[in-house]
Amino acid sequence: MDVALATAWLRAAAGAVIADTDELTKLDAAIGDGDHGVNMRRGFTAVAAVLDDTAFTGVGEVFVKVGGTLIAKVGGASGPLYGSAFRAFGKALPPGESAGLGDLVAALRAALEAVTRLGGATPGDKTLVDAFGPAVTAFEEAVIGGAGLPEAAAGAARAAGDGARATTALTARKGRASYLGERSAGHQDPGATSTWLIFQALADVTAP
Amino acid sequence: MKKFVNDPADVVAEALAGLAAAHPELRVDAVEQYVARADAPRPGKVALVSGGGSGHEPLHGGFVGAGMLDAACPGEVFTSPVPDQIVAATKAVDGGAGVVHVVKNYTGDVMNFRMAAELAADDGITVETVLVDDDVAVEDSTWTAGRRGTGATLLVEKIAGALAEEGGKLAEVAAIGREVNAASASFAYALTASTTPAAGRPGFDLPDDEIEAGVGIHGEPGRRREKIRPAKELVRSALDAILEAKPTAAGEQVIVLVNGLGATPLIELYLVYGEVATVLAERGIEISRRLVGNYVTSLDMAGLSITLTRVTAEMLRLWDAPVNTPGLRWGV
Repeated sequence: MDVALATAWLRAAAGAVIADTDELTKLDAAIGDGDHGVNMRRGFTAVAAVLDDTAFTGVGEVFVKVGGTLIAKVGGASGPLYGSAFRAFGKALPPGESAGLGDLVAALRAALEAVTRLGGATPGDKTLVDAFGPAVTAFEEAVIGGAGLPEAAAGAARAAGDGARATTALTARKGRASYLGERSAGHQDPGATSTWLIFQALADVTAP
Repeated sequence: MKKFVNDPADVVAEALAGLAAAHPELRVDAVEQYVARADAPRPGKVALVSGGGSGHEPLHGGFVGAGMLDAACPGEVFTSPVPDQIVAATKAVDGGAGVVHVVKNYTGDVMNFRMAAELAADDGITVETVLVDDDVAVEDSTWTAGRRGTGATLLVEKIAGALAEEGGKLAEVAAIGREVNAASASFAYALTASTTPAAGRPGFDLPDDEIEAGVGIHGEPGRRREKIRPAKELVRSALDAILEAKPTAAGEQVIVLVNGLGATPLIELYLVYGEVATVLAERGIEISRRLVGNYVTSLDMAGLSITLTRVTAEMLRLWDAPVNTPGLRWGV
């Protein structure tokens, strides 16, 4: 992955999140406080502007900058969680213009660890971890199996989608939805859904 | 949606501009988005900084002033402020004696304030955090984010703010804040849902004859939906929940806050206060001080919360100390 692909991914992710603002808002209104879509749109609109205005020399730098922008613009729990994830991802990448598949696996692991450390969520808590975790595992297994980036990204996106859909049956144990207890079951988690959008964007921009 | 707004995206910034225009005694930083006392930083004084999503006015910006907060950081509506904002406010009011962050227990607020405290520590500012989690409607457990912070925030900010004003040390100010929180319990009812300007429609559906018992200040569901009942029954249920969580014996003293959530008239709040006074009198619990009004709101939600804080003589003394803010003022 080079700087050009990194910015293409993040532009596609921003586009997808902005396009799905209403859907994310609807999911959050059902089990949270209905602000996930609007907050993510504000953050990723700022991300798109930063990508347009900044000349990056290193691939890791792109993600660190995007993470900082999300922390500064999103607020709520999503800002620190996504912001920390992108920052950790960028910091774990080697300096330089591009990163290899092994670097991406390590960086995804670092990003997932940053999210679980900050949010304290474990798999099954009905949070974005339920999409993020399976996506990282699928990406890693694809790479170990000899897959290239397009195939690994497609596998990660599928796993994130499966994970997000599976949150529908879960009872929330973290985040604002946890106040609903059992009443949160039956609704897909908005955070897991936005995580899926971000992995789907990577699959889309790398698709042959 | 019918609201007095221009572009819904500009509501928080424009309300801050209005606060600045109405209260020249406050310093409003429109770029960094915080409200501070005009005389901050005061050298040697412990500073109190709070903040949270907007939509709960007068909390927190309306509690900035002598005897209460040194600064407040309003986030977007129902969305916690961001770390940069909190760091800017913390630096602006730090008088060298440390800063207390008063944080309501919501996942986003806790994360953003924690990141801000770490950044402030990098700049040599010592921060103590007081977490407010007084809402007994949803139970604390290993598996939830814990109880929510609501009405007790006002009492924490008032009492800890008074101790800071009279020269209390950082550890003492934080300690009394935590003590007030530990002695407080709240329970709320919603008659209607609130509408955020960005969403433009009510946050949840509530049939005409139903109420949400134990609602949160962002419209989060509480314990159950139920049919509307006479006020005296609702008050008894709320006080049962509060006193079960924080047992209070006959002869003990409390401060009572009957707080409107935004769209409930004072006539109903006073009626409810009367019912609270009756029930507590039956139980022999002495109401030392009381506050009735709209202090920790949820935009245009019709509803109210009841907060009881078991007080010591020291807490009462600090409660009575002078306070001069847009939202709370006495003794000056």
